[in-house]
Amino acid sequence: MSAPMATNETLPARAALDQEWRKVVNHGLLLALVLVFVSLANMPVSLDSRMIIEPMLSMGYLSLLWIPVVMGFIVSSEKVLEGIAYHAKGAREVLAGGLVGLIGGLGLSLLVVLIDNFDLRDPLVNWSPALLDLLQFGNGIGFGVIIWPVLGFGLGVFGGALHIFTAMTRTIVGWVLGAVLGIAVFETVIIDLLTERLPFEFITDWFYFIRGGLSQQGAVTAALIGGGLGYLRVLAQRGVVPTPVQDYKQLVGPERTRANTIIIITCGVATAILPLLLGRITNELLANVGLFVLLALGLNIVVGLAGILDLGYVAFFAVGGYATAILTSPNRGDSWPDWVPQSHWFAALIVVILLAILTGLFIGAPVIRMRGDYLAIVTLGFGEIIRLLFLSDWLGGYTGGAQGVTNIPGVDLGFVEIKGTDPRAIFYLVAVFCAIAIYVSWRLEKSRLGRAWMAIREDESVAEAMGINTVNVKLMAFVVGAVLASFSGAIFAAKVGSIFPTSFIILVSIVILVVVIVGGMGNIVGVIAGAAVLIGVLGGPKQPGLLAEFSEFKLLIYGALLIFMMLKRPEGLVPNVRRTRELHQEEFLQDAWLRSQVDADEQDGAPSGEVAPA
Amino acid sequence: MSERLLTIDNLSVTFGGLHALKNLDFHVDKGEIVSVIGPNGAGKTTFFNMISGMVEPTEGDIVFKGESLIGLDPNQVTARGIARTFQNVRLFANMTILENVMVAQHCRTKQGVFGALFNTSGFKQEEAEIREWGEKVLGFFGSRLVGYRLDQPASVLSYANRRRLEVARAMATKPEVILLDEPVAGMNPRESEELTGLIGQLRDEWGFTIVMIEHDMGVVRDVSDRVVVLDHGETIAQGSYEDVSTNPDVIEAYLGRPAEEAS
Repeated sequence: MSAPMATNETLPARAALDQEWRKVVNHGLLLALVLVFVSLANMPVSLDSRMIIEPMLSMGYLSLLWIPVVMGFIVSSEKVLEGIAYHAKGAREVLAGGLVGLIGGLGLSLLVVLIDNFDLRDPLVNWSPALLDLLQFGNGIGFGVIIWPVLGFGLGVFGGALHIFTAMTRTIVGWVLGAVLGIAVFETVIIDLLTERLPFEFITDWFYFIRGGLSQQGAVTAALIGGGLGYLRVLAQRGVVPTPVQDYKQLVGPERTRANTIIIITCGVATAILPLLLGRITNELLANVGLFVLLALGLNIVVGLAGILDLGYVAFFAVGGYATAILTSPNRGDSWPDWVPQSHWFAALIVVILLAILTGLFIGAPVIRMRGDYLAIVTLGFGEIIRLLFLSDWLGGYTGGAQGVTNIPGVDLGFVEIKGTDPRAIFYLVAVFCAIAIYVSWRLEKSRLGRAWMAIREDESVAEAMGINTVNVKLMAFVVGAVLASFSGAIFAAKVGSIFPTSFIILVSIVILVVVIVGGMGNIVGVIAGAAVLIGVLGGPKQPGLLAEFSEFKLLIYGALLIFMMLKRPEGLVPNVRRTRELHQEEFLQDAWLRSQVDADEQDGAPSGEVAPA
Repeated sequence: MSERLLTIDNLSVTFGGLHALKNLDFHVDKGEIVSVIGPNGAGKTTFFNMISGMVEPTEGDIVFKGESLIGLDPNQVTARGIARTFQNVRLFANMTILENVMVAQHCRTKQGVFGALFNTSGFKQEEAEIREWGEKVLGFFGSRLVGYRLDQPASVLSYANRRRLEVARAMATKPEVILLDEPVAGMNPRESEELTGLIGQLRDEWGFTIVMIEHDMGVVRDVSDRVVVLDHGETIAQGSYEDVSTNPDVIEAYLGRPAEEAS
């Protein structure tokens, strides 16, 4: 949903020394602060073992180097408003970027000198010789002090220069960097995919260094591939090459339905075939992503559609997990009477669904009469209450207390038993339930109930005045969300084989919420994308992701990502059209106003409507 | 005289020490158009909020078709046949125009999760009916809210069209009585004249009974069967427009500004 390109006049570029010095210095100092913070958070050292390009660039150095580029770019960014004239970008912006980078680099130089001369390891655990060595590139103090301002200046110049690149150059640069980073980050998956079942070792040998990271020729190839794709993208933007996305967006009616059907079938077939080509680790990863997709789809109904900010969503996940565990494991708490059978997973699932509905009603009933912040806090409390109940001595005889429930069998399908040791089978199980969840979300969104949810999200009092029984409808959202989460819990229990109260900490709720927000609230594709990026690449609360080295900084990155998304792209990775509108209301209103001015000018004086002027 | 629809008996509401409404008596007969006027802060919107269940009266009774509305939730009041619009247009701005009127039929329809998930014939039929009725009420405003507009979000509408959609949304709930809170506020004279005509049609062709708060005396004069004047939460006059507009109490309530002049 982009507004038509602004028709701004452009003023000539300003002189290079006509800087807003205060702004440059502020950004420079901020950059220095961020660089020092990242260094002392130990990111460079602990990520140094993960190579991006062997032997030149490790993830550790990358964690520092990207920041001056971004800062150099940000310092000259302006918010472009329609109808206002702006100066063209030129040497001034490049210089500003460079200066910001220079100041930031000086900050690191200072850090190098300080680490060399003082020992502050007592309060700052990462104030270490390893960090010093890394910051000096292993070349002694003099080199370390000089190199950072130089590097900073260079990177800042690059960041500033992004402003003066043409759109084409910028696209291509973006794609080149994206391709190199992407191919490096997805190393495990790509190698797994190409060599586990398929005979493409020669490709991975070409791209990757034997101990991890891109080889130099691999990096160059990746850059070329990225550049080529970027160029195609430019051509597509100019209309030289057809773009599938544009074509798809223009489809209407039955053609669109047919295109949708084809897309869905393709995705389905890909989901069915992909795991067969992958090895254990990647399938495990996919299964984890699937579990969170299921959870996020459920929360998406509660938060994204009905607008109820539920911070205790993990409670339903826990209920699903514990109920499955207790009903299927021989090792459950001793207090259960004999008539509670040790049943099959699918039989347990029916009980799980009923329990989830009850829990949804039980937690929902007191909560939904509240609104906004109060509701969020109360759900947060309920999430913890459920976990503490499972942990408590009071229910210890039933739930095993801190020892949890162990020995949970897998899902016996007769011909095969799905259990945690076979991540591929687990993935298929998760995929089936994800498909159910997607279908449910899709059908409900377009139904009477879905419309009522949206109305409540928009304006609860008015929805109530328009005849919607908000209590019932909100309870329904809670219940549907609870059932989807309990599915995830049931599969989780069968997958891990033993569950403990610590599997259901509050962090799980937060992570699911972040997945929904980052992915795009109220959008099914967005939620899946969010889970893939966050859980697949960074890792879940306890599950390692592709960048296993990041686990230490996972929460830091989650937080940074969340802040970034809130500021720059509040509608999420894959936006829901409605949410986009809501969140960019001002811009839309402004555009609408401008358009109405134009319309008014055009039909000035012409009578509008059926009634003639008096 | 025709059937009495809505009777309000000795109604009072206080917010803390403030008497928003005091010992109000009011009634509406089927097929009437009644205007409620009064200076700012006279308690007109509180009066509407009370009928629609958003504010609980401290004392007194509201009887609609022989049944008391006291203690009902707003959605129950709507379900019994009283719909309303809002003074400060409150549409579901990010839902499409069609969805705005479709969602308003919530209390007249009943399909739930099961029908939606299995796309039952009952579900399909009900969706089609909801859509049909929605397009019908939107069609009341000519071509303004239909056609390509159906699938546009309500937020893109012009101010006057938003007001029209508010009315359409109230109509969509299939009410007997519609409470219009300043339906022409902010419209230009041409638009308000058009809407005045439509308010007449709402009664004559659609059979709705109308209670309307309005400041535009021209509109009040043109459509009202009866005018009720509120001031400081009390009824100071009621009767035909001519009676009321010459009533000295009313003129005084409007701070000496003769009501005729405004017309």
